[in-house]
Amino acid sequence: MDLSLFLIQTLNGVQYGLLLFLIASGLTLIFGIMHIINLAHGALYMVGAYLAFWLTSLVGNLFLAIILALPIALMMGILIERFLIRHLYARAHLDQVLLTFGLILIFNALQSIIWGNDVHSVPVPEWLNHSVALTDNLRYPVYRLFISGVCITIAIGMYLLIQRTRLGMIVRAGADDREMVRSLGVNINRVYTLVFAAGTALAAFAGMIASPVSSVYPGMGESVLILAFVVVVIGGIGSIKGAFLGALLVGLTATWGTVLAPNFASAAVYALMAIVLLFKPRGLFA
Amino acid sequence: MAAVTPLTDNVSRPAPLMVDARGLHTHYGQSHVLQGVDLRIHRGETVCLMGRNGMGKTTTIRSILGLTRITAGTVSIAGRDMTRAQTHDIVASGIGYVPEGRGMFPSLTVRESLEMAARPGVDGRRDWTLERVLETFPRLAERINHKAGNLSGGEQQMVAIGRALMLNPDLLILDEATEGLAPLIRKEIWRVIAMVKETGIASLIVDKNVNALMRITDRSLIMVKGQVVYDGSSHELAGKPQLLQQHIGV
Repeated sequence: MDLSLFLIQTLNGVQYGLLLFLIASGLTLIFGIMHIINLAHGALYMVGAYLAFWLTSLVGNLFLAIILALPIALMMGILIERFLIRHLYARAHLDQVLLTFGLILIFNALQSIIWGNDVHSVPVPEWLNHSVALTDNLRYPVYRLFISGVCITIAIGMYLLIQRTRLGMIVRAGADDREMVRSLGVNINRVYTLVFAAGTALAAFAGMIASPVSSVYPGMGESVLILAFVVVVIGGIGSIKGAFLGALLVGLTATWGTVLAPNFASAAVYALMAIVLLFKPRGLFA
Repeated sequence: MAAVTPLTDNVSRPAPLMVDARGLHTHYGQSHVLQGVDLRIHRGETVCLMGRNGMGKTTTIRSILGLTRITAGTVSIAGRDMTRAQTHDIVASGIGYVPEGRGMFPSLTVRESLEMAARPGVDGRRDWTLERVLETFPRLAERINHKAGNLSGGEQQMVAIGRALMLNPDLLILDEATEGLAPLIRKEIWRVIAMVKETGIASLIVDKNVNALMRITDRSLIMVKGQVVYDGSSHELAGKPQLLQQHIGV
């Protein structure tokens, strides 16, 4: 293997990992703070991708489509939390799994009815549709670098929001003891709605921004969901820092696994998870 | 039951009620924990709630705050009916709550624990700021960037009280605030409770230290099996050792 292949695959792995982080961060926050297992999180990633495809075909530009789609995703998150998830806080995880699994079926059926079952592609915006020379004989698509840049910016923003702002303190306090947060005059239900809507928007945004490289197809949410759960478990449930590191590890492992041991690739991330759990049973940052 | 003795003297009328809870009944499953509790706290009044373990003191507090659902009765806070209100709305009408067990957020630092609670009082005043809490508890200033989960019990209690004061409350509720603390720390906590009283904030105190309670509170309630069996001036109660012996065992 030469250096350029190594570089390309590593960059691909990092980009994939960062994308996984967007999905896993919402999943880990929703589980860590609200104690909700949201199986529909991957379906929201798929919805994001389909919204990007649909709106791009209408307005002709991916970024304009994303600007239009984000409020839709946020609104979906708010409605799902308000009318469905809110009834599950006091109930067992099995009930949550049943309801959110039902949501997957509903979203998949809606996708089939509205957009059909074909595979679609979304054009990369013109100004990002080229490649840069990394070395003499290695060129890399600018759009993939762009995805990584956007994800890193969001990760930093999220870190600052959670670590430095009063809202972030309340969110972290809510993960420790929600009754006490309520006893300090905070409307925790509003915080839950906000966290769920933000998580939904992040997953959908990941689907939107990934759509030009991953294409848009039925069932695209499920594989991502499973990987996002692996990331959450590796990172430690509820930990954003853990989700970030876990996502990079999973992204690199999945990408490198495909190159080095194609037959073993699909098992590689689970082997990684097993190894992490062997040494850190509660994940890296629990 | 002795008559309620509001904060009155010969010239002034009783202060308005901060808490007016009437006929509270609360059930935990089959057990009937509160059986018609009446509790009134006037503005600026310091009241203690005494009784042996399991008599319903904490449940009374939780019922007033809406943390435990009452099955009958009414709760008004600062003149507004709050019987079916949610905890955050009840607290926002001027209550700072220091729960039994302190209610720490282990992953937050001392500074964060205090800042996350900060809000102006009902009338918009901001008497209690981070600086003032740190002046009141100099020890917390030294620990400002430590995680609350890593503090000693006494320091955690200071965080819990400081956090409640950051809400600029009209009523401070302290549930076993000196429990399990070293004598010196207890003294520190009682000093702060006395100081809070001086500033005109009303208090509802549950504690085992009867002597300190008799010294500091205006009025005492004694609970036995979910009912209030005594409600009268602390000064008078201090002169009735047989009552204290019978109901509290001291």
